Amino acid sequence: MSDFSKDGYLNMELLRFTTAGSVDDGKSTLIGRLLYDSKQIFEDQLEAIEQRSSQRGFEHVDLSLLTDGLKAEREQGITIDVAYRYFATPKRKFIIADTPGHIQYTRNMVTGASTANAALILVDARKGVLEQTIRHSFIASLLQIPHLIICINKMDLVEYSEAAFEKVVDEFKQLSSKLDIKDVSFIPISALLGDNVVDKSTNMSWYNGPTLMYLLEHVHISSDENHIDCRFPVQYVIRPQQTEYHDYRGYAGRISSGIFKPGDKIKVLPNEETAIVKSIEIFGEEIQEAYAPMSVTITLDRDVDISRGDMIVRENNVPNVMQEFDVMVCWLNTSPLNVGGKYAIRHTTKDARCIIKDIKYKVDINTLHRNEEDKKIGMNDIARISIKTTVPIFFDSYRKNRHTGSIIIIDEATNETIGAGMIV
Amino acid sequence: MILYHLNHLRELEAEAIYIIRETASQFERPAMLFSGGKDSIVMTHLARKAFYPARIPFPLLHIDTGHNFPETIEFRDKMVEEIGANLIVRNVQDSIDAGRAKEEKGPNASRNMLQTITLLDALEELKVDAAMGGARRDEEKARAKERFFSHRDEFGQWDPKNQRPELWMLLNGRKNMGEHFRVFPLSNWTEMDVWMYIAMEKIDIPNIYFTHQREIINRDGMLLANSEYLTVRETEKVEMMTVRFRTIGDMTCTGAVLSPANSLQQIIEEVAASKTTERGTRSDDKRSETAMEDRKKAGYF
Repeated sequence: MSDFSKDGYLNMELLRFTTAGSVDDGKSTLIGRLLYDSKQIFEDQLEAIEQRSSQRGFEHVDLSLLTDGLKAEREQGITIDVAYRYFATPKRKFIIADTPGHIQYTRNMVTGASTANAALILVDARKGVLEQTIRHSFIASLLQIPHLIICINKMDLVEYSEAAFEKVVDEFKQLSSKLDIKDVSFIPISALLGDNVVDKSTNMSWYNGPTLMYLLEHVHISSDENHIDCRFPVQYVIRPQQTEYHDYRGYAGRISSGIFKPGDKIKVLPNEETAIVKSIEIFGEEIQEAYAPMSVTITLDRDVDISRGDMIVRENNVPNVMQEFDVMVCWLNTSPLNVGGKYAIRHTTKDARCIIKDIKYKVDINTLHRNEEDKKIGMNDIARISIKTTVPIFFDSYRKNRHTGSIIIIDEATNETIGAGMIV
Repeated sequence: MILYHLNHLRELEAEAIYIIRETASQFERPAMLFSGGKDSIVMTHLARKAFYPARIPFPLLHIDTGHNFPETIEFRDKMVEEIGANLIVRNVQDSIDAGRAKEEKGPNASRNMLQTITLLDALEELKVDAAMGGARRDEEKARAKERFFSHRDEFGQWDPKNQRPELWMLLNGRKNMGEHFRVFPLSNWTEMDVWMYIAMEKIDIPNIYFTHQREIINRDGMLLANSEYLTVRETEKVEMMTVRFRTIGDMTCTGAVLSPANSLQQIIEEVAASKTTERGTRSDDKRSETAMEDRKKAGYF
């Protein structure tokens, strides 16, 4: 590992990104390359993959083996589940949600995308934009990943040709006009040989842009959170059973969005009572400003009836408070979505139940066509549905706020999470 | 322009506190596993932060193999006293005496595997429905696929192919009778993050993490502490060495590293320059390539 000065380490930011791709587009090699070239591979790990590479009769060390996971996966030579990897440079700490790219693993891609700041999409320079590129890009746009990085890989196999690169860029731009993507970058790379991954390629003088690592280290993420609309879902009420804190009532939770300050006039949902923020604390220390994604404890100037699942907001900026709304849902389970069916849902810290009123349309994730006839929603399908909840939900649209605009749908019999919903 | 952005340690802290509070809210009888190692010490610190000024609203549970470093036990008792936590200890020795667990034989005998039996018995006895552990995803490849809320069936087993998808930070702790959860608030932390956080927050840790003189047996490159629990082979000799421990587990399976580091700053520099992973000092992981995966499926942490 490279040297870290302590102060430098304390100023590092956290970037979460997702990688999607199938077995043969070089995703595992790319991740292996990022880890290897940033010196995150330890000797014992390297020894293990060297040994396995030679056992399999490979000439060179297969970096993709670094990301090999479970026994079951190695036996089948595929990734089944989301795997998390970690590496750091002096500027940032990175969390990779490594997800398999096959259509039957859409649910894993959605899972990995749900918390990502950036998505890496690999395109084979020889093959151009494929169905799976469309699928990955659509999911990135649906989940509102703020930054999209298109890595045009295997440039070594197209003689590092600028024309080949530009062709893929054009194809992608046509596709992305149909999507809701805020920030997209294109990088020509060779994951196998390392061109433009960490070190600048000497084979593509026509490319003046950043390397992948440079982009990951510098992409602007501090505005990825919503700092405008104050939303604080109450997670836990702190009432110490100690005499010295007899009257203490602290509302603990994680700030979803906005900036809270002592003295703020707030409103509590659903009972609409108002109060003033007396203090915002972390471990007894008072702080002057609290914003996402901080976990804090808020005290108020008066006694208000507040429990878990309630939401503290600014008096003059309240979310939607409704029981009927539309959701883009990704179905995650083998048992299909049932119109008229009743399910449990979770939204921020609130539990409720809902009934599925209607399926508006299903999205063909390979062509992006909306199908209003096909009402069968099974595993990995994405659809727009209307739901009605048993109690009012305090939400913003997912586009505006990933934290207050998302729900999960739970099967009440098996307790499994079977749907991921983004409120329209 | 003011940038409203946390550094990565504060973001990891906020995430872990959120998970701990979520566990206290969603479950009836949560408990926090405490081993006396640095990860569980950090986790306990985060639990204090999560509920301050109230006390930690769940017990700390220590599965004592009986082969702990005495320094670990001393540290544990002092810490529990200071923070006013409720500590519950369950002993592997009792499981052995009751015939529930069988001691391994031979010079490499370890109680590491037996812990699982005592742990599962303790969870059942105490009716714990969510056990928080300090495991991190960066430690081992089987752990890279763990959820924050990891569902276990009534036998305590982990089924890696049938895990609940975990989206955004919406954690689903619903379960049927008899099932329970393992919860991992430090999932996204690395070894370096843990050390930096200990330094940043000035958290107290057992002194065997720092350099000291100790009687050591070099067994196949593993520097094991000489103790009454270790059977010394005829060909082996006991040597005095200047060492510290990078992880703390049982005396029988935790290897020391040669180190003069006597401050957190020096430890951090050592970790940053290290060429091996910290699990490299653990013989329990070296038994086979899938040792951790196999143990986890059986109910290990």
